[in-house]
Amino acid sequence: MAGSVSAAATAPLLASHARAEAPSAAQPKLRQPAVTSLRINRQAYELSLDTRTSLLDALRDHVGLTGTKKGCDHGQCGACTVLVDGKRVLSCLSFAVMNDGKDITTVEGLASSDGKLHPMQQAFIDHDAFQCGYCTPGQILSAIGCVNEGHAESEDDIREYMSGNICRCAAYPNIVAAVLQARDQMKGA
Amino acid sequence: MHPFVYEQPTDISAAVAIASRFTTNDDQPTRANAQFIAGGTNLADYMKLGVAEPNRLLDLNRLADPGLRQIRVTDNGIRFGALVRMGEAADHAEVKRRYPVIADSLRLAASGQIRNMASLAGNILQRTRCEYFRETSWHCNKRVPGSGCAAMEGFNRQHAVLGASDACIATYHGDFAQALIALDAVVHAEGSRGSRKLPFAKLHRQPGDTPYIETDLAADEIVSAIEVPAIPWARRSLYLKIRDRESYAFALASAAIALDLDGDNVREARIALGGVATVPWRARAAEEALQSKKLDEASAGVAADAAFAEAQPRQHNAFKIELGKRTLVRALLEARDMEV
Repeated sequence: MAGSVSAAATAPLLASHARAEAPSAAQPKLRQPAVTSLRINRQAYELSLDTRTSLLDALRDHVGLTGTKKGCDHGQCGACTVLVDGKRVLSCLSFAVMNDGKDITTVEGLASSDGKLHPMQQAFIDHDAFQCGYCTPGQILSAIGCVNEGHAESEDDIREYMSGNICRCAAYPNIVAAVLQARDQMKGA
Repeated sequence: MHPFVYEQPTDISAAVAIASRFTTNDDQPTRANAQFIAGGTNLADYMKLGVAEPNRLLDLNRLADPGLRQIRVTDNGIRFGALVRMGEAADHAEVKRRYPVIADSLRLAASGQIRNMASLAGNILQRTRCEYFRETSWHCNKRVPGSGCAAMEGFNRQHAVLGASDACIATYHGDFAQALIALDAVVHAEGSRGSRKLPFAKLHRQPGDTPYIETDLAADEIVSAIEVPAIPWARRSLYLKIRDRESYAFALASAAIALDLDGDNVREARIALGGVATVPWRARAAEEALQSKKLDEASAGVAADAAFAEAQPRQHNAFKIELGKRTLVRALLEARDMEV
């Protein structure tokens, strides 16, 4: 059978393999953990992961940062939104190994070391922009991305560019209000 | 999820060499043993669902050629590197100014997070979102050749009325592709048999009796760039997308329009339709119907009738014919009235 698991696992590695220069990088094999370096919330981590591990599962199950939420796990709800190199992405649709060397920000990394909340976190509290709170970490990270991308110029703009984040409590009007408040503070910062 | 070996080639020839080694030229990219990944928003999803099961994943994000990440605007048109992200292209000032239809099609697609992840090449090669294709317990000729199509007699409200066959009625769900086919874009591909350019209109294949063959690309071919020729009058262009909710949903019907007008008379019209067809759909009959005509509601209606003359509805998607026509009429009139 073409493409059987064993055939792929035993096939020789090409000389041009990207990691060939690293002395410790043996030829990749099926089910062999991949060493992945991530910088998460300004702290370095080196993880040995099954290649199938999503960035989301790496954050929650391997690093223990459970602020990032698993909702649909298929890119439809936005609960798993994090910033990768400053841009908001869905951690459920990204394999952790693909993020090797990247800078990740989760909701745990937003407050400053003295405990002062990020303006977006404070705005969500000020405007009561969550009920059950499950979608909130993803909403906040997405909202920061939305502001940084310059797509929070109007309420309609915010609704459009926050549409990848679903809130089943329907706190949407308060979320829009929170993003507007934080936008101005983030600009002033 | 099926386990896979992960590799990060640093140049296209290395990526092609690995793919060639683990696939044969007979393998379609979607069924290949080794598959390329860039943004991952489509492939990772299908790997989780067990729809895609590559044994080897070749991550293209470490490819060194800077051209893969650039948008270059010249007198000859615009060249999009394959790894440019959708959000970046949607926000590009010159793309917005010269080709509003391109920027619109990207801006109205997916969500902010997905647009930050998804590459342009991956976007045009995305697979259908047909629910019967996504759920592996159903019969699907696109997923398992010869197994049958559950959508034919199933809940086919989302399905195609144009370009369908007895084997498959799955819709092509992308948006960007409609803008590209309307503007006569060209795709650059590199594979073990060398580099080639193919017209965007030749990239996707109608299902016929081989719906699992979705594109003209071989399994070891990588799209490196997408070129859109210079079309000065394309400033009068737009993408209109009609869907069940205002944002973050696939099109029920959409229209990509570019118009060259002499007053209200049509010198040239470019029309592509989305949400209603099995592949990115150039509506040439509608374009011809408008040639040298005064563009008004009546002539737009004639063009819309021409666009859907061959439409074949199923039980739940017949509404798409009328919706598609009205979408096209509205898009044409809105494009006519644009201030450029």
